[in-house]
Amino acid sequence: MLILALSCVAALLVIAALAVALGRAASATPIVYAASLAASLVLLVGALVRLVADPGQVSTLTLPIGLPGLGAHFRLDALAAFFLVVTNLGGSAASLYALGYGRHETAPRRVLPFFAAYLAGMNLVVLADDAFTFLLTWEFMSLTSWALVVAHHDEPGNARAGYIYLVMASFGTLALLLAFGLLAGPAGAYAFDAMRTAHPEPAVAAIALLLVLIGAGSKAGVVPLHVWLPLAHPAAPSHVSALMSGVMTKVAVYGFVRIVFDLIGDPPWWTSIIVLAFAGLTTVLGVLYALMQHDLKRLLAYHTVENIGIIYIGLGLAIAFQQNGIAWAAALALTAALFHVLNHSLFKSLLFFGAGAVLSATHERDMERLGGLIHRMPHTAVAFLIGCAAISALPPLNGFVSEWLTFQAILVSPQLPQWGLKLMVPAVGALLALSAALAATCFVKAFGITFLGRPRTRAAEAAQEVDRISLAVMFAFALLCFLAGVLPGVIIDRLGPVVHGLVGEMLPPQSGLAWLSIVPIAAGRSSYNGMILLIFLASSATLTAIFIHRFATRATRRSAIWDCGYPRLSPATEYTSSSFAMPIRRVFGSTVFAVREKLDMPGPGETRAAHFQVKVFDPAWRYAYGPLARAATKIADRLNPLQFLTIRRYLTLTFSALIVLLIVVAAWR
Amino acid sequence: MALILDLLWQAMQMLLVVAVAPLLLGVTRKVKARLLRRRGPPLLQPYSDLWKLLHKEAVLATNASWLYRTAPYVIFAATWVAAALVPTYATGLLFSWSADLIAIVALIGTGRFALALAGMDVGTSFGGIGASREMLIASLAEPAMLLVVFTVALLAGTTQLSSIAAQMIDTPVGLRVSLALALFAFVFVAIAENGRIPIDNPATHLELTMVHEAMVLEYSGRHLAMIEAAAAVRLVLYCSLLACLFFPFGMATGDKTLAAVSLGLSSYLAKMLTFAVLLPIGETLVAKMRVFRYPVFLGGAFAAAALAVFLQFVSRGF
Repeated sequence: MLILALSCVAALLVIAALAVALGRAASATPIVYAASLAASLVLLVGALVRLVADPGQVSTLTLPIGLPGLGAHFRLDALAAFFLVVTNLGGSAASLYALGYGRHETAPRRVLPFFAAYLAGMNLVVLADDAFTFLLTWEFMSLTSWALVVAHHDEPGNARAGYIYLVMASFGTLALLLAFGLLAGPAGAYAFDAMRTAHPEPAVAAIALLLVLIGAGSKAGVVPLHVWLPLAHPAAPSHVSALMSGVMTKVAVYGFVRIVFDLIGDPPWWTSIIVLAFAGLTTVLGVLYALMQHDLKRLLAYHTVENIGIIYIGLGLAIAFQQNGIAWAAALALTAALFHVLNHSLFKSLLFFGAGAVLSATHERDMERLGGLIHRMPHTAVAFLIGCAAISALPPLNGFVSEWLTFQAILVSPQLPQWGLKLMVPAVGALLALSAALAATCFVKAFGITFLGRPRTRAAEAAQEVDRISLAVMFAFALLCFLAGVLPGVIIDRLGPVVHGLVGEMLPPQSGLAWLSIVPIAAGRSSYNGMILLIFLASSATLTAIFIHRFATRATRRSAIWDCGYPRLSPATEYTSSSFAMPIRRVFGSTVFAVREKLDMPGPGETRAAHFQVKVFDPAWRYAYGPLARAATKIADRLNPLQFLTIRRYLTLTFSALIVLLIVVAAWR
Repeated sequence: MALILDLLWQAMQMLLVVAVAPLLLGVTRKVKARLLRRRGPPLLQPYSDLWKLLHKEAVLATNASWLYRTAPYVIFAATWVAAALVPTYATGLLFSWSADLIAIVALIGTGRFALALAGMDVGTSFGGIGASREMLIASLAEPAMLLVVFTVALLAGTTQLSSIAAQMIDTPVGLRVSLALALFAFVFVAIAENGRIPIDNPATHLELTMVHEAMVLEYSGRHLAMIEAAAAVRLVLYCSLLACLFFPFGMATGDKTLAAVSLGLSSYLAKMLTFAVLLPIGETLVAKMRVFRYPVFLGGAFAAAALAVFLQFVSRGF
């Protein structure tokens, strides 16, 4: 299977080269996407078979490429197989979607080669088994996705998004490099196998964990390292946005899980407090920022930040439980996190595909210029609605199951002995509860403003339903959201071996339980049954409909909108995205966003139009990156004279630097 | 045979919550009217109102979509199922384990999601304002509600309502600080979620103060009947939750003998009647708040519930 996976990855790289060779040929787009689809599907099926049939098996392979003497190590275990499934499910869906969507691409030569290479990069990260290969493929993944972000570099803002992405990606890789340096120890054992057996000291383990939190977190979008994400994800073509938000953030989560749970093994318990603090912050701030957006794709990208927060809450809890020896609870928290990884990759990809459909039908991303699309694009609307309901954690869909599991993990945490955790966990629980409610608001807004109401512009009025391939992909993912919601036991059982490999315990098998319900701890404690709930909902809705049709009149009349008797409504009177979010902005605005509202009202008798302007700031920019950038510029200015020295002075400088370093080394010893 | 009997008990609960819902509304209206020295409508008026609405022609706006027509069914079904999963007269019904308290809160969320979307479907500013404010209230009330759930779940060691009620009856935990805080928060949340004074006024059609009524302004006929019925069932749902979590006495916990069930039923109805009398008394004592005071009201509930959860984490004794 590992050899098959690597051959598929090689095939993807060949496809990338082929895309370059095909150049301007009109057939390049379908060929590249079809070939990527085939490769991803083979990988998906292979990984699924491995995960279902033989999850315990570990296969390794060393290829004589890369660093001399080290070679490139690859390894396929249960964890890698699960993330291969997530990656290639998203990858094959994006490839298939692009068979339809990619036809509208204006610059396919800037997209096609990098698309296939990007897929290869993500798969390689999951398979890598030594630090060098991991970092190299991680960087490869970053660079290819950067190329896709700047594919439309002539659109305003995209070049800046690409620049910020590049800076943040390099910063993250640097943190990972340092973490691996610490874990490899003085002997420089860069193979993961050596790190697994090394058992670093607590202090080293803690620092390495924090570095990984920064390194992988900057790729996943943990606040305050999220700033690149809402700029870069929407800038790429929509199928790539789906991959970046739905899949690449999960590869980053994979990096965290692999290094923290597998390589470090035993980080001190207090590191979990730091992880939980950042996770809680990420969850609430992510959804609050998402609510403030009126660019559909940017809203989705900001909302990814929230979901990453939910995943990290599960991971933080898992560390806390594991270090306190409560392995079954660690298994519960980790299962919740991994389940949410799968769920988020499903509904976020679906929503980005929907946003792409809206974009290609109307050429608009700004929700304030859309509206009424449910009439023009009825099928896209249904799929998008299911995605919105799933991501808002509404039962009986899948988003609810993983949030429910996370809540269950929080509810067993009074068993944790440390006071720091006893105070941290309920706070995180409160933040999670807050974000769950805000997410529903966010997606009522996203769906309501975009698809409901009346069209606000000509473009929205003239929208046409998208092609069948795109629709098929969206409906397939909507179906998967449903299935994962009503049959969660199947997925929890597949996650069992993955979790067992990391924390040494797993949830009790679920699929044998009566009525297909899930019971994560004990039957008396908590249980959930999406299937029964769905049957209940469907049957009571049907009963109501039968009752209504039997006893009530069916007379229906179409008439003009009433609206308290106000005639001739212009679409300009509709609630917009900003007005919908206004109450939330008022409530959280002054503290979280530093909102500035400016009203320019003409005096009596003046005929000019009134102007109202709202500025919402991301405090991460204001308090972290702004000062940082200013300081960097200032230092650079100060150091500028160094560029204009004579050769004599340069030599003196070099020599004194050498002396200082030697003194440092001497003092160190 | 046992299975059929179990199914019957479950069906009885489903019918019970729908059957008493308009009556509960009728009682609150009557009491409120008497407090305001009016005579008030007859107790059974809500039933006739619903029946009349069912037989009126439904007028749809020209641009109403399928979502507008299906949403009432979804809203009613979600609220009904959520209400039917709350133990009323007995614990341990056939399907009581299929959704726990967290799932019930989320189910209420499903209904609200559909309602807010339905309000935005036609594209009027009233629909928008209603949906926006409803979601604001929900964003503040739902987390408080979840924290109440946490408190109760931590006390009882389970999130299943049936087990919580059974445990509270069998081994009473006595008076607890955290339970008192949770009760306080729950009442605030229930008032907000049901659109009662001081958050929203169910009797108003004054343009800028309405929330729920603004959302359903365009609805008429059978669709409106279903939404009104869902609102009534939601009131029953919150009252049953209040009874089940904080005043579970009288419920049939063991075998469903005729005596136990009739005791459970009569105590349930007595509790509902008490709440239906207390609610309008509270409503007449306070004035409606303006919209941007909501965060203070619900923030108080959130803080109280969060404190209760903290106390539970700190010590089992609170």
